[in-house]
Amino acid sequence: MGEPYLLQMKNIGKSYYGTQVLQDINLSLKPGEIHAIVGENGAGKSTLMNILFGMEVIHSTGGYEGEIHVNGKKEEIDSPQKAMEMGIGMVHQEFMLLPNFTITENIKLNRENLKPSFLSRVFGEKTKRLDFPTMNADARKALNKLDIDIEEYVMVAGLPVGYMQLTEIAREIDKTNVKVIVFDEPTAVLAESEAERLLEAMKIIAEEGIAILFITHRLDEVIAISDNITVLRDGKLVATKKAEETDASQLAELMVGRKIEKMVHGEERDFKNEIALKTQNLVVHMPGEKVKGVDLEIKKGEFFGIGGLAGQGKVGVANGIMGLYPGTGQVWINGKPLGLNSPSKSMARGLAYVSEDRRGVGLLLDSSVELNIVITSLQNQDKFLKNYGLLRLMDNKGIHQHALKMIKELDIRCTGPTQLVKRLSGGNQQKVCIARALTMQPDILFVSEPTRGIDVGAKRLVLETLVRLNDELGMTIIMTSSELGELRSVCDRIAIVSEGAIAGILRPGDPDADYGLLMGGKRKRRGA
Amino acid sequence: MLTPNSIPEEKVKLSNKQIIIKFLTNNMVTIMFIVLGLAGFFIAGMNPFLFLFDIVARMSRNSFLVLSLIIPVVAGMGLNFSIVLGAMAGQALLIFVTHWGITGLPGILLCIVLVTPLSMFLGYLTGKLFNKAKGQEMIAGLILAFFAQGIYELIFLQLVGGIIPMENRVLIMGQGIGVRTTVDLTDGLKYGLDWPGLSWGMPNLLRPTLPWTIIVGVIVLLVGYLAYILFFKGKRASMPKLISAAAVGGFLVYWSVNQIQTASMINMVRIPLLTWFVILALCLFIVFFSKTKLGQDMRSVGQDRHVAAVSGIQVDRVRVIAIMMSMVMASWGHIIFLQNMGAFSTYGSHEQIGLYSVAALLIGGATVTKATIGQALLGVFLFHTLFIVSPSAGRQLFGDAQVGEYFRVFVAYGVIGATLAMHAWRKLLQRKGELGV
Repeated sequence: MGEPYLLQMKNIGKSYYGTQVLQDINLSLKPGEIHAIVGENGAGKSTLMNILFGMEVIHSTGGYEGEIHVNGKKEEIDSPQKAMEMGIGMVHQEFMLLPNFTITENIKLNRENLKPSFLSRVFGEKTKRLDFPTMNADARKALNKLDIDIEEYVMVAGLPVGYMQLTEIAREIDKTNVKVIVFDEPTAVLAESEAERLLEAMKIIAEEGIAILFITHRLDEVIAISDNITVLRDGKLVATKKAEETDASQLAELMVGRKIEKMVHGEERDFKNEIALKTQNLVVHMPGEKVKGVDLEIKKGEFFGIGGLAGQGKVGVANGIMGLYPGTGQVWINGKPLGLNSPSKSMARGLAYVSEDRRGVGLLLDSSVELNIVITSLQNQDKFLKNYGLLRLMDNKGIHQHALKMIKELDIRCTGPTQLVKRLSGGNQQKVCIARALTMQPDILFVSEPTRGIDVGAKRLVLETLVRLNDELGMTIIMTSSELGELRSVCDRIAIVSEGAIAGILRPGDPDADYGLLMGGKRKRRGA
Repeated sequence: MLTPNSIPEEKVKLSNKQIIIKFLTNNMVTIMFIVLGLAGFFIAGMNPFLFLFDIVARMSRNSFLVLSLIIPVVAGMGLNFSIVLGAMAGQALLIFVTHWGITGLPGILLCIVLVTPLSMFLGYLTGKLFNKAKGQEMIAGLILAFFAQGIYELIFLQLVGGIIPMENRVLIMGQGIGVRTTVDLTDGLKYGLDWPGLSWGMPNLLRPTLPWTIIVGVIVLLVGYLAYILFFKGKRASMPKLISAAAVGGFLVYWSVNQIQTASMINMVRIPLLTWFVILALCLFIVFFSKTKLGQDMRSVGQDRHVAAVSGIQVDRVRVIAIMMSMVMASWGHIIFLQNMGAFSTYGSHEQIGLYSVAALLIGGATVTKATIGQALLGVFLFHTLFIVSPSAGRQLFGDAQVGEYFRVFVAYGVIGATLAMHAWRKLLQRKGELGV
């Protein structure tokens, strides 16, 4: 000891109704330290943060075990207000900003500088006037600290996401007593360049002597920016490491608790010469992902990967075949031609699609898990309907049972089939998408970016599910992904798309250099 | 240095045509009513004197009531149909004060003093109810008004004269129980607030003519605006705005001077000065209020309840206060309305208040989520213009004044329906836009 810790959490534990979700967590923060907390979903990150913030959910369920010390003094944090008083701030994953307020008004939200007015003598504090010059000056100061060159009187509506986030951060550092700022998955919604800017801003804040708790699932960011890293798994602290002593793969290993191994058939599988899907000169007009003539032959039962850099057109292939974006060219399913530009026709031919746009196209966020699972079959295959002559009604019982079955089979973590999908974590939402596609009982399953925005453990589960479907049901799966490693761990063959066309088709075992060349646009057709 | 390379370049520059189309679609309702009003005015062959006489009276009696709707809109609670309750409270006090025999301005002041706690109480209960029905405030307010009508009728038909003792041959029905269906305020509270403007005996300074009021008003406004720009540094004056304001003001002054010189009938139009001072005071209060802490809290809550709550704003409390303020203003507004009318139907005159006030506000260009003082006043003007011109326009066109009347009612309901539908449609588009990202 002896060192001046800003914040110490000692032997923190928490149980909900007898289930231990956190146990013996120790965490120490010094001023100016960037401390990352990594862990899978359900590892206890958010519970730990809820404890630190004195959230009601903790205290309405019996409080927590252990002690929290701030500046060496034991403190009982029993409400978010108390946490704020103690100088703990939080940058939320979803923005807590009001779009029709200026940056200043947002930074000063509910902490406005006030000056007396003629009414305030009678009616008190609430009728004091806002002191805009002082508020603007304060906001400017906070923005300057972050090195942001944007006018404080600009409306937040219409700002790029990165600036919204920086506005939130400016709000935290404007709080005069702030000592610790928690960043909850701050880069999840940001583009690459914006994320870099954010990390830079975090460094600036840390130099001011403010400690940062950084929750994320992007491991390379963790390595790049943190001083110390705490890994949680299943509610327990697995390791606390110095950043320079570890690397991404070790962290991933610690998080998951087992080595990430190759998931399937190391050996090349042989397929009968049945072509499940064939395209010729497929052109798809998908904005930002244009496909300019793709020829593919995919065999029955194959696990086929489509990779490539963003914007080269890899995402467009599946979208075009499913009829979601206008396309031209020829496509044959099991040897028979398929009319393009009609999702219902594609589905009728035994195709199903798990979209890359999970929250937009993929899910009805405000509906239940069960409705999400059956909706496509309901609409397109007349399944789960009861016929009453003129009327056809949903077969609620059948839907419920089917949903229960799917939840069990795919291990969807939810409170039940009636839970709203938006309350699920990313990984579980993805599983709901897959469950919906399976309900269609497709011959060919398209999956786009199935692991985007979900953490390492959930990723693994999603991929394992896909492999199982391929193995056990013999389903042909065509997976599009930006992560080469992922494609190489599950696919039989991988097509690399560059500039809207197939640059080449590789086997997972081919050397990294080949992949690099193809992604870079060098065409090199290899036998496959 | 973080460079602002991705700051939106002040949105995409719109072409002139797009700007005009955008302006037209955003102000569709208001423009439509301006056209309707003008058309009606010319078809009816209105006498400008009669028109001005009427519109001044109508605006002075109704503006306060419509202004009372603004604060709940700012607090994100939509159009406050529950102001009917405030109107009932005001009406109840008018009945009692008439019974007590207190007349003129003192009587009105007594009404105002006594109705304030009553309407605050009603506003408190309404606010609590609205907090249980977040997002459904408008329909809740409408239904609440129907419900309150029942209680109001119970009190004034059955209890007054019975459990609540009131002996008054003029007010109470023959059998001694229940208030008569019409209450006449003549020789009582009638013109209690309007009197300086509308009584012949008063000095001319207290009852200025319309042209003189316009001249003085324009000068005061211009001087005040210039002083505001000069003395509060950091306020950038927008030149086009200033020039157009000066142009409109100049025209009005020119017209007024012209009228005075020609000694036309328009010089007979007198302004109820006190009433207009009260309306002006309310406008200034609303402007001032929006710059206080509580006003800012309301704006925050109006935009996003969740974000406001996370920042520590007591959302429910702020919402209750917004409804209480609106309710008090509505009760005052209804008293101002009725003292000008001079008589009212005991069981009916408050019923339409919510609907017509809301319609007036919407005609001025307000929406469920945005309303300003200017929109409220413009709305009152346009709405009542239609009221004035439509009967004679109907007679000119169809030979029947009643047709104009029907049209007017149709328009009042139609505009509310259309505005609500447009609001829902915009929200849908917004949501789609969010998903498209």
